[in-house]
Amino acid sequence: MGGSASLLPRDLLGEYQELTFLSKQEILLAYKRFSELLPKEEREISCSTRVPKSQILTLPELRANPFQHQICRVFSTSEARDDSMSFEDFLDMLSVFSDSATLDIKSHYAFRIFDFDEDGVLDRNDLEKLVNCLTGQGEESRLNSTEMEQLIRNILEESDIDKDGTINLSEFQHVISRCPDFASSFKIVL
Amino acid sequence: MSQLPSVSLRVPEDTNNDGQEPSPDSEGALHTSFHQLIQEQSSLVEASLELEMQARNGERVAVPDACAVTWLEPRQGRQHPSYPSTCLQILASMPSRTIGRSRGAIISQYYTRTVRLRCRSSRPPLQQLRHTARPSLRQHDLETDPATAKLEDKRTLLAKELLSLSPSQRSHMLLTVPLSLAEKCTLRQELSVQWNLKRLYVQRRASFSASRGFKHFPVLGCRGLWYRILSLLAAAQPWHYTLKQIGGRFGSSVLSYFLFLKNLLMFNIISFLILTVFVVAMQAAYPPASASPQPFTGLELLTGAGYFTHSLLYYGYYRNATLNEPCGSSPNGSTSPLTAPSLPYNMPLAYVFSVGVSFLLTCILLVYSMHCSFFESYRVGSSAGDLAVKVFCAWDFKVIQRRSVKLQCENICTQLKELLAEQRSRSRSRSLCRQLGHCTVLLLAWTLSLGTVLGCVVAVHYLSEHMHMVQQDHRAQDGGKWQQEAILLVLPFVVSLLNAVMPHIYNLLALWEKQDSPVARVYVAICRNLILKMVVLGLLCYQWLRRRVVCSTEECWETCVGQELYRFVVMDFIFTLLDTLFGELVWRLILEKKLKRKQKPEFDIARNVLELIYGQTLTWLGIVFAPLLPAMQMLKLLLLFYIKKTSLMQNCQSPRKPWQASHMSTVFITLLCFPFFLGAAIFISYTIWSVRPSETCGPFQGMETMYESGKTWVQVLEKSNPNITWFTWVHQHLVENTFPLFFVSGVLLAAIYFNIQVVRGQRKIIHLLKEQIDNEGEDKRFLIQTLHSVYEQRERRA
Repeated sequence: MGGSASLLPRDLLGEYQELTFLSKQEILLAYKRFSELLPKEEREISCSTRVPKSQILTLPELRANPFQHQICRVFSTSEARDDSMSFEDFLDMLSVFSDSATLDIKSHYAFRIFDFDEDGVLDRNDLEKLVNCLTGQGEESRLNSTEMEQLIRNILEESDIDKDGTINLSEFQHVISRCPDFASSFKIVL
Repeated sequence: MSQLPSVSLRVPEDTNNDGQEPSPDSEGALHTSFHQLIQEQSSLVEASLELEMQARNGERVAVPDACAVTWLEPRQGRQHPSYPSTCLQILASMPSRTIGRSRGAIISQYYTRTVRLRCRSSRPPLQQLRHTARPSLRQHDLETDPATAKLEDKRTLLAKELLSLSPSQRSHMLLTVPLSLAEKCTLRQELSVQWNLKRLYVQRRASFSASRGFKHFPVLGCRGLWYRILSLLAAAQPWHYTLKQIGGRFGSSVLSYFLFLKNLLMFNIISFLILTVFVVAMQAAYPPASASPQPFTGLELLTGAGYFTHSLLYYGYYRNATLNEPCGSSPNGSTSPLTAPSLPYNMPLAYVFSVGVSFLLTCILLVYSMHCSFFESYRVGSSAGDLAVKVFCAWDFKVIQRRSVKLQCENICTQLKELLAEQRSRSRSRSLCRQLGHCTVLLLAWTLSLGTVLGCVVAVHYLSEHMHMVQQDHRAQDGGKWQQEAILLVLPFVVSLLNAVMPHIYNLLALWEKQDSPVARVYVAICRNLILKMVVLGLLCYQWLRRRVVCSTEECWETCVGQELYRFVVMDFIFTLLDTLFGELVWRLILEKKLKRKQKPEFDIARNVLELIYGQTLTWLGIVFAPLLPAMQMLKLLLLFYIKKTSLMQNCQSPRKPWQASHMSTVFITLLCFPFFLGAAIFISYTIWSVRPSETCGPFQGMETMYESGKTWVQVLEKSNPNITWFTWVHQHLVENTFPLFFVSGVLLAAIYFNIQVVRGQRKIIHLLKEQIDNEGEDKRFLIQTLHSVYEQRERRA
């Protein structure tokens, strides 16, 4: 830890600590894990390099997650839209998934993760893709079309308050506020 | 009508009405004006809108195809190919759709929030607003609305607003804005620029660079210190990595068992510390010159008798005198006259007060954890709507192993299918015959389970009576040592056996019963298990108070009860080990080798937690009779943690039944508090207040009740110092009197009633707000329709 601490400037560390929900220990651990993803030559300038998506997905915390692609897309600020992540994006992700993040932030980003077509609402296609992600890739563990129809109809009935056929951010946050388990399950710890 | 005919929403200024505000009653007038607005654009739209208006009034008319399809089936939501792309673009930039993804929208939203926080009022005063007829637009001040500004201007606006907040609010706001870290850094730089401008304006010279400006705020410095303390605390948490490992493989449900175990350990540590420091250590420093102890054979660890009888473990060892009394007549042979005289220590008083204080502290901690847990898990209106919550919150991101992820997917699929099937069967009305049949089965199952409980209780009662007689006979005949020990162990053995076997029988019963809802199944299993344990423990307490204990020493009934409880605790531990061994290890081997199934046995959380609660209750019941029992329980819990963890990792898989971790944690901590802790507290209070202690042993020899030592002390105090009458008054009226108890209960009931009314009021408000949102949704649909039709007509014409 002494080695990596000397590479991350002290005032940057302080700034990151103020702007994210992570503690100093967690930021330093994140820095260590992030530098391990880079090839040896690039480790000196870890703060500004971008790691390609394929490397990020080798992390054990994301390797088997069905939402891995969405997570990379939501948190990546790459202009080339290639879902590569810089250290700040990585910290962002860890901050949102940390213990002390507020329910507001978590539900905001959960909404963006579940919004597969990025149109700002969860419509039927998004819900269908979400349910398929949840139930897995195997054929026998998927819902058939009648069950899917019934499920999506029920979800929209329960959460679509203004009855426009889609679930927007506020409606989603309203549903999430009814579930006390969400904050503890929307968590990734390094 | 004067305004510009454009489709972008502008509230028309009505200049024809003598400066009088159009009242909400003239809604129809505003609709018509909007109607005419569109009419100016295209002549054809008017006809279709009139037709639309009539359609809204319920008549069947021919409307253009696309509109009809979308109007009559608004919930399909499929993007019709006939919608023009410009229309879709406008829809996509609606505020409700952009708030989640556009940086500008987020910044504007937080700007509004900051303004509201600053002004502390959600409604701006009405005089300053434009007069519009539509109440929902009354507060929409278009000029200062930042939604139309550019991104940089929005940032500047937000930065200006943030500066006017207090530092803690500002840092909290910065922390909770859902922007990327790079954006937040830019915002922070903007803040420091504004801050510098402000400071220059105030003409104070400060020499710091822009990016370091905030380091000088004291609250941020304190925050740094706080973070450092927190990180140290986090690293010092016991079992942090182990718990992460368990959560990563099995999810939050199994993790809740281990967290519960950790909590119980904390409770025991507190009791242990108090009792050790004030009672055990003191007595250990001044051992009584008693009879020589019996030789130590290994069997004592199991039975608690023999060598352990006259040891610190039990009540009988503690003296009823003041320890280390200077010039006292107590036989403190070991102290030489040259040692410095220290303070006298009143052992009986210390004993009764330590027990009381440890119970009080445990009670406070329990109520506090119950409050925290309840606070986290209870939500107003959470009973409505299962499926949406299930789908959005089902995925546990903590689970990282590939196999566990696959298992979790399968579990979620099964649970969703079960919920959907349950819903289908609920909507299908059942025939009377089937309902009757189902009721009969339920009734039969409950009669059977209650019958078994009764049977167990009667069996335990007769067994204890029988054992008591056998013991008397055996002592009269002076039989063999081994037989004597065996007699001691029979009752604990049988009770632990019943506690281990009956839950499995109840599981089988539940399979036969076939409850509809999986959640109900879990609750019913817990209920039955609970009733069994409560009734058996109640019977045992009754037996102990009647002095019908199978005992090795005649004189000291308290030591007997202490030994009995020791044996119960040890047997409970042995049976838990056996249950883990056979229920998990051997069962997994059987499943793998003999039945060749890939499944591993499930970890039954409810049964394991109830076993923990039972063990803890035994400890609480025994504190008066065996002050070192919390230490034993601590050791037992530590061993149990590692054994259960190893067995879990090797042999088990996470349960398939649905499990709401926070809800069930609340249920368990409530169960720990209400039947079990309360029962133990009542038993202990009754023992201290009303039961006559034995004459020849223990710290309360010769007193009427154990509490008499406290009363005597107060009287002595009063006699020695007549000025502290307030103390005796407090003692007389608050401790001895029962009125404070009723008063406190009354206050508690009033608080509960108040909270119930608050929740009821909140439910009503939620209902009203939902209706309001519904109405706004209708408006939205109307406007979308109009928009579509306008653009369609335009495209048709073009």
